[in-house]
Amino acid sequence: MSTQKRLLLTATSLLALLLLWQIAALWVASRLLPGPSEVFEAMIRATRTGVLPESIAITLARVAASFLIAMALGSAIGIALGRSVALNELVGPWVVVLLNLPALVVIILCYVWFGLTEVAAITAVAINKIPNVAVTMREGAAALSRDLDEMAQVYRLPRLRALCHVTLPQLVPFFAASARSGLALTWKIVLVVELLGRSNGVGFELQTAFQLFDVAGILAYALAFTAVVQVIEIGLLQPWERRANRWRR
Amino acid sequence: MNAIAIEIAEKRYRAPAGEAGREIFRGFRLDIGAGEFVALLGESGIGKTTLLNIVAGLDRDYRGTVRFGAAAPRVGYAFQNPRLLPWRTVLQNVALPLPPGAEGQRRARAMLEEVGLGELADAYPERLSLGQQRRVALARAFAIEPDVLLMDEPFVSLDEAGAARLRDLLRRLLAGRPATVLFVTHDRREAVELASRIVVLEGTPVRIVRDLPLALTPAERANAACIDEVRAALGAAAPG
Repeated sequence: MSTQKRLLLTATSLLALLLLWQIAALWVASRLLPGPSEVFEAMIRATRTGVLPESIAITLARVAASFLIAMALGSAIGIALGRSVALNELVGPWVVVLLNLPALVVIILCYVWFGLTEVAAITAVAINKIPNVAVTMREGAAALSRDLDEMAQVYRLPRLRALCHVTLPQLVPFFAASARSGLALTWKIVLVVELLGRSNGVGFELQTAFQLFDVAGILAYALAFTAVVQVIEIGLLQPWERRANRWRR
Repeated sequence: MNAIAIEIAEKRYRAPAGEAGREIFRGFRLDIGAGEFVALLGESGIGKTTLLNIVAGLDRDYRGTVRFGAAAPRVGYAFQNPRLLPWRTVLQNVALPLPPGAEGQRRARAMLEEVGLGELADAYPERLSLGQQRRVALARAFAIEPDVLLMDEPFVSLDEAGAARLRDLLRRLLAGRPATVLFVTHDRREAVELASRIVVLEGTPVRIVRDLPLALTPAERANAACIDEVRAALGAAAPG
């Protein structure tokens, strides 16, 4: 299927969803299920006052900070675990424990221990994400090619050069996988963190709207933020992945 | 002066728990003179690759020593599989062991021209045929101007014409940059065509059963009768 045709199909599918939503809203005819036009109006209103763009910017900054921290630490931990059997046996179970700890518990503990601060918020999100990244990267590191490792050793590649040309390229697919699932997970948790302990950001605005039962406002924030995340995925992650994979046959 | 002096008191393969490991080398000794082209002949699985890995410093799990004539010899290794980086272009692969910068790029490009792949410099290895990939691996090995060149059946699984072309290429490259070569093969014809000395290995632990210097002129190497004569001289000890 050509790209154009696929785009057309996606657009049609989304339009059909809008239509269904509109019909349902008309049928229910309640303030608790606003139609697309009302949500759109709420979006415009919040944009005019500047609260919506500001909230999205603040939330995105938190997503970016915790995402970068989690990717860096998670990758380092995962690679170390994948390369050392002993270390994996020692620390591997910790990762499993962290992996199964509910996000809410981590958030509450961070706020209790570090106070209702920005650092606590970002730490909480990063801790939630680190074990996921570590587990994926561990798999990648365990599957590293010994053949290429030996080649690098024979030709005496300096450590950094071997890392850039031999090791990291083998980890790209794993990195991409954890980045993609990571972004989705991070921004969802950031909203919860904001709802529980911050006084700005999309999560905070959602809470305010919730208290007022302002469903149009809730949907306006949710849809605007989802759209921004989609743009990041399509505009940033996918092109990078294509570039990293261009050598494949 | 020996270019490589190999002494392996003991080398075992690690065994699964409870079993005794298989002993590959015991009291093994091989001295290789500077500029020699030594072909190591022997059946698969007896430890030829292990020997190369010990010389290359990849396998340190043995008792013994490997001494080189040069203080810090540059070692090129052509593995049985080309072991190229699939995510780097042909040119980047050849430049990999060279110091980064314009000079390395220039040398890598010149090397590629020499192995006849100048036009494929910007292609990715997986788009190349096996024969071409092997040429790239040869270019990478020669790019560092090696003192010692280790080769592990580098022309295996090519058709006869392709293998012959690569043997010609290897001879040409060595004429330009002499190196001490340790060449593992199980093909006697290949050994006779290339080597200045043939060492036949056999048994477990490995023994040297023949050690035959060859002084053939290029014309003789191309002559089927001469090759058959040497192959007969190698006796029934080795296959191929």
